[in-house]
Amino acid sequence: MKTIEVIQNILEANETIASRNRQLLNENGVFCMNIMSAPGAGKTSLLLQTMKLLKDKLNVGIIEGDVASTVDAEKVQSEAQAVVQINTRNMPESCSLMAAMIESALKSMPLDNIDLIFIENVGNLICPSEFTLGEHKRVVISSLPEGDDKPIKYPLIFVDADAVIVNKMDLLPHVDFDIGNFRSSIEGLNPKAGIFQLSCKTGEGIEKWCSWILEQIETNVTKQ
Amino acid sequence: MQSTLIDSMHELGITENIVNIALAKAGEAQASSISKINLVIGEMSGFVSDCIQFYFDSLSKDTIAQGAVLHFELVPAQLQCRNCSTIFTPKDTLWSCPECRGRSVEISRGRELYIESIEVE
Repeated sequence: MKTIEVIQNILEANETIASRNRQLLNENGVFCMNIMSAPGAGKTSLLLQTMKLLKDKLNVGIIEGDVASTVDAEKVQSEAQAVVQINTRNMPESCSLMAAMIESALKSMPLDNIDLIFIENVGNLICPSEFTLGEHKRVVISSLPEGDDKPIKYPLIFVDADAVIVNKMDLLPHVDFDIGNFRSSIEGLNPKAGIFQLSCKTGEGIEKWCSWILEQIETNVTKQ
Repeated sequence: MQSTLIDSMHELGITENIVNIALAKAGEAQASSISKINLVIGEMSGFVSDCIQFYFDSLSKDTIAQGAVLHFELVPAQLQCRNCSTIFTPKDTLWSCPECRGRSVEISRGRELYIESIEVE
C-alpha cells in the first residue's frame, strides 16, 4: 500500500474552463454577468427591464439556463440581440450551470456583435454558488416574498456576490420583510456588494441598477 | 435519502472530478488499484458526503477505483469578526461575533473541497 499526496481542488476542472471563458469574453470585449436567485425571484423580469433601458446603448446577449423548457428564452427573445438556451435536464448537473455549458453556449453567440452577456442561472440558491462560469460579475436577486432571512440561510451565494438585488419592492406594504435586517445581513457577510432595491413591476430602481452596470463595464474596459 | 439526492445533484459532477483526479494520479504512479481516497470537505461547501459516496460507487465501476473507500474529513465552519478579529465557530445561523456582537464576518474555514491523498496498491 502506498499513499500518494494529491492536494487538488475538486472544482479545478470547472475553474480552468471558467478562466478560458473569461479570456474569450475579454478578447471580444464582452462583459458578462451571472444572474442567480431562487426560482421566481425575478431573474427573467429583471433582464427584460434591464434590456429595455440598455438596448439603445448596448447589444445584449442572453444565456438561459433552465432544467427544462424554453419559456424564458422566448420571453427575452424580442429584447436581446442573441439568446442561447441551455437545458440542464440531461446533463450531469441539473441544478446549476457549469463553466463547460457556458463554453459551448459561447460558441453560438455572435461575440463580435455583443457588448454584454447576461447568464440567467438555474433558479437555486445553493448549487450555483460553487461554480464560477467565467463571468465578470456575480449578481444575486432576493425578492420580498422570500423573506429577509435568505442571506443567513444561504450565506455562500451572498458572500461571493458583487451585487445583491432586492426585487418586488412594490410588495413591501403587504409582506413582513425587514429591509434593515436584510441590508445589515448583506453588509455583514459582504461589505463590498452593491445593494439595489427595485421593482421589475413598477420600474422603480431599475435606472440606478442600469447605471451601475454601465459603470462596471467602463471600469472593466479601463482595466484591460 | 431520496430528497437529499434530488436536492444535491451537483454532487454528480464533482464526483466525476474526484474519480478523474484519482484515476489520473493512480495512473501516474502505475498503481493497479485505488483502495482509499481522502477528501477534505468544508461544512459550508454545500456538498453532501452521502451523495458523493452514492455517485462514486456507480462512477467507479469497472475502473481501478472500484471498491475504494471514500474518507471524508469534514472541516467545521470558522468565522472571523471584521471588527475585533475574534475567530469563532458559528453556533446558529445568525453569524454574530461572541465578543463584540458585530455581524460583519469573514469565512476563514469551511469552504474546502479537495482531494488530500489517495491510497493505492
